[in-house]
Amino acid sequence: MAIAEAPRGPITRPEAPPWTAVLHDWVTTVDHKKIGILYVLMAVVFLVVGGVEALLLRWQLVRPRYDFLGPDTFNQMFTMHGTTMVFFMGIPILVGMGNYLVPLMIGARDMAFPRLNALGFWVTLLGGLLVYFSFATGGAPAIGWFAYAPLTERTFARSAATDFWALGLMVSGVGTIAAAVNFIATILTMRAPGMALRKVPFFVWTMLWTSVLIVFAIPPLTAGLAMVLLDRHLGAHFFDVQNGGSALLWQHIFWFFGHPEVYILILPVFGMVTEIIPVFARKVLFGYEFMAAATAAIAFISLGVWAHHMFTVGMSRTADLFFIVSTFMISIPTGIKFFNWLATMYGGRISFASPMLFCIGFLSMFLIGGLTGIMLGAAPFDFQLQDTYFLIGHFHFVLIGGTLFGVFAGIHYWFPKMTGRMLSERLARWQFWLLYVGFLLTFGTMHISGVLGMPRRIYTYDADRGWALLNQLTTLGAIIQAPSFVLFVCNVFASLRNGRPAGADPWDAWTLEWSTPSPPPAYNFAVIPTVHSRRPLWDLKHPDDPDWQYD
Amino acid sequence: MSVATTTMAGPPAGQSFPVPPAIRPEHTLSPGQWGMLSFLVSEVALFGTLIVTYLFYVGKDVVGPTPAEALSLGLVVCTTACLLASSATVHVAERRLERGNQVGFLRWWLATLVLGAAFLGGTAFEWHDLIYRHQLTISRNLFGTTYYTLVGLHALHVTAGVSIMLIVLGLALCRRVTSANRAGVGLVSWYWHFVDGVWVVVFTVVYLVGR
Repeated sequence: MAIAEAPRGPITRPEAPPWTAVLHDWVTTVDHKKIGILYVLMAVVFLVVGGVEALLLRWQLVRPRYDFLGPDTFNQMFTMHGTTMVFFMGIPILVGMGNYLVPLMIGARDMAFPRLNALGFWVTLLGGLLVYFSFATGGAPAIGWFAYAPLTERTFARSAATDFWALGLMVSGVGTIAAAVNFIATILTMRAPGMALRKVPFFVWTMLWTSVLIVFAIPPLTAGLAMVLLDRHLGAHFFDVQNGGSALLWQHIFWFFGHPEVYILILPVFGMVTEIIPVFARKVLFGYEFMAAATAAIAFISLGVWAHHMFTVGMSRTADLFFIVSTFMISIPTGIKFFNWLATMYGGRISFASPMLFCIGFLSMFLIGGLTGIMLGAAPFDFQLQDTYFLIGHFHFVLIGGTLFGVFAGIHYWFPKMTGRMLSERLARWQFWLLYVGFLLTFGTMHISGVLGMPRRIYTYDADRGWALLNQLTTLGAIIQAPSFVLFVCNVFASLRNGRPAGADPWDAWTLEWSTPSPPPAYNFAVIPTVHSRRPLWDLKHPDDPDWQYD
Repeated sequence: MSVATTTMAGPPAGQSFPVPPAIRPEHTLSPGQWGMLSFLVSEVALFGTLIVTYLFYVGKDVVGPTPAEALSLGLVVCTTACLLASSATVHVAERRLERGNQVGFLRWWLATLVLGAAFLGGTAFEWHDLIYRHQLTISRNLFGTTYYTLVGLHALHVTAGVSIMLIVLGLALCRRVTSANRAGVGLVSWYWHFVDGVWVVVFTVVYLVGR
C-alpha cells in the first residue's frame, strides 16, 4: 500500500514515564532546580514535625500543674523543636530557594558544582534523620537546642541520644558548608556577561553574604560538637568541670556560631523581600548601594555580638559593655534596610497580592522583633529578662515574623515560576491572616508572661503565679496558627493540580528568572543573556528607557 | 518562550533605541579556585576554634605532665622541616607539570607524598612516646585533651592530603594528568600549602608559646 493510504492510528502522546524512572531521576539529580525543591520539601516536612512538637509543648503549658507531658518528655520536645526548626527547616528552606533561584537570576545554567550540590542535600537530610534516630535510644536528647555543658556530659546525659544529636548536626553542617562553597563559587564566577557584582539581583547578594557567614560560623559549631563527643567517649575534659574544663567555653563556642546562625537565617529573607517589594510597589528599590553595604556590615558585625546571649553568666563589665555596643551597632545597618524598604513603597502603586501581604507581615513583625532585640541588648534589661518568655517572644518574632513570613512571601512569589501555576490568592489570604493573628496572640502574649517572670524551659507552673490565663492565650494562638499551615499545604497541592497557568512573567518583574518559561527547562536559558543593568527584564521590555542609562 | 521573541514595538520613526556601553570582561579566579578558597576559610574557622581552645586551657592544669615536661623539640623540628620541604616539592611538581615534564612531575609529587608520610610517621612516633613514657592521653589532663584534639585534627588533614595525592599519583601514572588539565593539581597544592600553614601556627602555639 502507498504510504498515503496506510491507516493512521490515533495521535499518541509520549507516555508518562513510570514512577520508578521519576523517582530515580529525582534521587540522582544534580540539577539545581530539583535539588532546590528537594531541600524545600525536606524543610516543609521538618516544619510540620517541629510544629507538632511545639503544639505538644503548648498543650502541656495550657494549665498549671498539668501532667499531659512529663518533665523529661517536655525537655525532649523543646530540644527537638528548636534543633529541628533551626537546622532542618530554616537552613534547608533558604539553601533550597537559593539553589533554585541563584543560577536563574545570574543567567547561568546550573551551580558551579552540581554534584557537590546533590551531596550537600543528601548529607543535610542524613543529618536530620540521624538526630531523629535518637528517639530509638529511648528518648530524644533533653539538653535544649543549645545544649549547654555540662548537661551534655556523660554524667548527666546518659543515653546515646546526645551522641545522635551531635553527630547529626556535624553531618548536616558538612552539607551546609558544601552549599555555601557552591554559592560563593557560582556567584563570583558564573554571572552572565555584563552582570558586575554591583548589578546582581539583591537576593543573589544576600546569598553571597549568607554563604560567607556560613563558612565562618558553622565550623566552630562542628569543633564544639566534636569536643562534646570527645568528652563523652574518650574521656576528654573540654567541658568537664570537675577536671578543670569550662562550661563557659561551650557557651562561647556555641554562640560564636549561634549568633551568625540567626543572621544566616534572616539575610536570604532580606534578599527575597527586597526582590518582592519593588515589584509590588511598581518602584525600583530605593538605595541599592546602601542596602548592599548594609548587608555586608550586618554580616561583619554579626560575628562580634555573640556574648549578648551570655550577659547573665558573669562576664566582666568590660566584656558586657563591648557586646552591648556591638549589638546596638548592628541595629544601624538593619535600620537602613528598613527605611529603604519603606522608601521603596512610599509613592509606589502597591498591589496587595499574597507575596506583598506576607512582606507586610514580615516588615511589621520583624520590626517588633528587632526592637525587642535592642531592648535585650541593654544588658541590665537582659539581666531581668534572660531565659524568660520575653526572650522566646523576641526570637520567635524575628524567626517566624522575619524568616517564616519572608519565606512564605518568597514561595508565593516564585511558586508560579517553579511550577507554572499560580497559587490560590483566597487560600493564601486565609493562611496569612490565620498565621498573623495566631502568631501575634502566641508570641505577643509571651512578652507579657516573660516580664511577669515566667522562665523558659519549665514544664509546668503553679496556679498562684498568675500566668495561667497568659499561657492559655498563648496556646490558643498556636491552635489558630496550626490550620494556616494545613491551608498552605492544601494550597500547594490544589494549585499544582488546578492552579491558573502562570506564564513566564505573571508579576511583570525585572530579574532574569522571569525571562524563562515556567517551569524553566533543564538548561535554564537557550542563550545566555547579556546584562547591562540591575533590571535586565526592564531593559528588554523598555528598550527606549533602559535602566543602564541612569547608572 | 523567552522575552526576546515577544513582539515589542520598534523604535519611533527617525530614532533608534539607546545603545548600551561595551561590557568590560571580568578577571577572576576559576570556580574551583573560589571553591577551594571558601573551603579553606571554613578550615581556618575550624582550626581557629581549636587553637583558641588550646590557648584558653594553657597553664590551667593542676595534674599531669605539662607541655614543658612532655614535649620535646627535636623530633618535631624534623617533622616540621619535612612538612615545609613538602610545600617546596609540591610547588616544584606543579612547575614541572606546567612545562609538560611528566616524569619530573611524578618525581616531585612522589617526594611531596613521602615527606607528608614522614611527617605522619614522626607524629606517630612522638605520640607513642607521649603516651607510654609521659602517660599523656586525651583524658589525662587539659593539656592532653587540647593537644591531641588540635594536633590530631591537623594530622587527619595531612592524612587526607596524602590520600588525595596518592589518587593523583595513580592518575598520573596512567597518564591522565597533563599540563592541560593541571587545574585539579593546583587545587590540591593549595590545600597542601594550607595544611602546611596551619602547622606553622599550631607548632608555634603548642611547641613554642605554650611551653
